[in-house]
Amino acid sequence: MSPAADLDPFAPTLTPGRARALPWATVMAGSLVTTVPVIATVPILPPCGLLMLLAWRLLARFALRPWAAAPLGLFDDLLSGQPLGSAVLLWSLCFLAIDLMERRLVFRDFWQDWLIASGTIVLCLAGGRVIALPVGAHVDGALLAQGVVTILLFPVSARLVAWIDRKRGLA
Amino acid sequence: MAPARDRRTGFSRRRQYGLFLGYVLAIAGAVVGAVLLVASTFNPPLFSGLRMAAAGVTAPVSSMFAGIGSAAAEVPRFFNGWAFAHAENEALKRELARAKPLLMRARVIAYDNRRLRTLLAIRDRSAEPVVAARLVSSSASSGRRFAVLNAGRFNGVLPGMPVRASDGLVGRVTEAGPNAARVLLLSDADSIVPVRRTRDGLPAIAAGRADGTVDIRSVNATNVRFNAGDVFVTSGIGGLYAPGLPVAQVIAGGADTVVARTFAHPDSLDFALVERAFMPLPPPPSAPVAP
Repeated sequence: MSPAADLDPFAPTLTPGRARALPWATVMAGSLVTTVPVIATVPILPPCGLLMLLAWRLLARFALRPWAAAPLGLFDDLLSGQPLGSAVLLWSLCFLAIDLMERRLVFRDFWQDWLIASGTIVLCLAGGRVIALPVGAHVDGALLAQGVVTILLFPVSARLVAWIDRKRGLA
Repeated sequence: MAPARDRRTGFSRRRQYGLFLGYVLAIAGAVVGAVLLVASTFNPPLFSGLRMAAAGVTAPVSSMFAGIGSAAAEVPRFFNGWAFAHAENEALKRELARAKPLLMRARVIAYDNRRLRTLLAIRDRSAEPVVAARLVSSSASSGRRFAVLNAGRFNGVLPGMPVRASDGLVGRVTEAGPNAARVLLLSDADSIVPVRRTRDGLPAIAAGRADGTVDIRSVNATNVRFNAGDVFVTSGIGGLYAPGLPVAQVIAGGADTVVARTFAHPDSLDFALVERAFMPLPPPPSAPVAP
C-alpha cells in the first residue's frame, strides 16, 4: 500500500482504456512465463497465467469481463504446450464456477478467496492432465508438487494484483 | 469483502442487455473451448500455424535470455578452470592412457566392419545434418514434454525430422514455423522410438513416461530379461531415425518393461542437431482425379 495514494487521492491515474487493458496484459504476461529458457523434464513451472487470472477475478471482479477467460485461455494454450482449447474450456469453467460461488458466498475474506482459488487450481491442473496425457503417464507426483506450489503462490499473485489495481486507479 | 451488487442494473436497458450478453459470451467461450479441444484432439497439427506464429515471436526472446544466462554461468566456470587445471590435466592423462588400447581395437573393428559391409554390398545412407540450433524454451508448466527450437523452415527444418545431440537422440520435430520449431522430446508420453540392444540386437521400443525417463518394452518376445546398464540405440525401423543413435540406458533390471534414462539431457544441452529423416518420407496420397 503506497502512502502517496493515500495522501493524494487526486493523483493522476491511468486513462480508462489503459486501466482496462492492464489486467489483460498481466494475465498474458503470466502465460509468457513459459518462455523462460529452461528445458524442463517434469512440469515444474506453476501456471502463472491462471494464477493472475484467478487473483484478478477474486480480488477485483470488475477488472475482467465474464467472457475474458476464453481469449486469455486461447493465448495461454498457444504457449503452454497443452492441446489448443484446454485452457479456453477450463478457464471459462473456472469463471462460471466462481460466479456461482459468489452468488452464495457474498461476504468473503481472503482465506475463502484462497480456498476458492485452490479448488479451481486443482481442478485446472487435474483437468489439464486428463486432457493432455494418457492415463498411464507418470506425472502425478510432479503434478501434485506443482499444485502445492501454485496454491502457495496465490497470496503472492494476490499481493501483486492488489498493488497493480491500486496503481491503475478505478476501472 | 463486501458483496458486489452488480446484478442490480437499475432501469438502464443498455446495462441490462450488456450484462446478459456478457454471461452469454462467457458460456459461449466454454463451448468454443470444448469444440477447439475436440478438434485439436482428433487433428493435432490443425492449429500448428497459430502456435508456431506465437513461438516465432517468443523464441528469439527466449534465446536472448538463454544467451545471457549462459554468459553469466561462464564466469564461475572460468575461475574453476584455473583452480582445477592441474587435477583435471592428471585425470585426462590417465583417461587417455586407458582409452588408447580401446581406440586401437575400435579402429581395427571399424576397418573390418567397412570391409564386411562392402562384401555384403549394403547401401548405407548417412544421416545428413540440416542445422544446429538451440533448444530455447519448453512446456515447463504442462505435462507434455515439448521444447522450442530456435530454427524453422527458413533453416530447412521440417516436421518429422529427428533431433539429436552429441551424446544421443533428443526427439523429433513435430511442428515447424518460419523461425521456430517444436520438438517432441523422447520422454513425452506420446513419443515412441524403435530401438535395439547393443549387446545382442534385441528389438524393443522406447516409450516416454512423461517424467524425464523412458520405458523400454520388448516387442516380439515375452519374458525378456533386461539388466541394469543395458544400452539401447535406434534400430532404424520405420525410417525416421538413423540406426545406431544412442537412446537410453536401463536404470534397474527387470523383465519385459523397464525404466531407462536417456543419454541426451535436454535440460543441459548446448546445441541440438536437426537431421534429415533417414529415409525420405513417401509423398502424400494424391486425391483421385475425377474423370
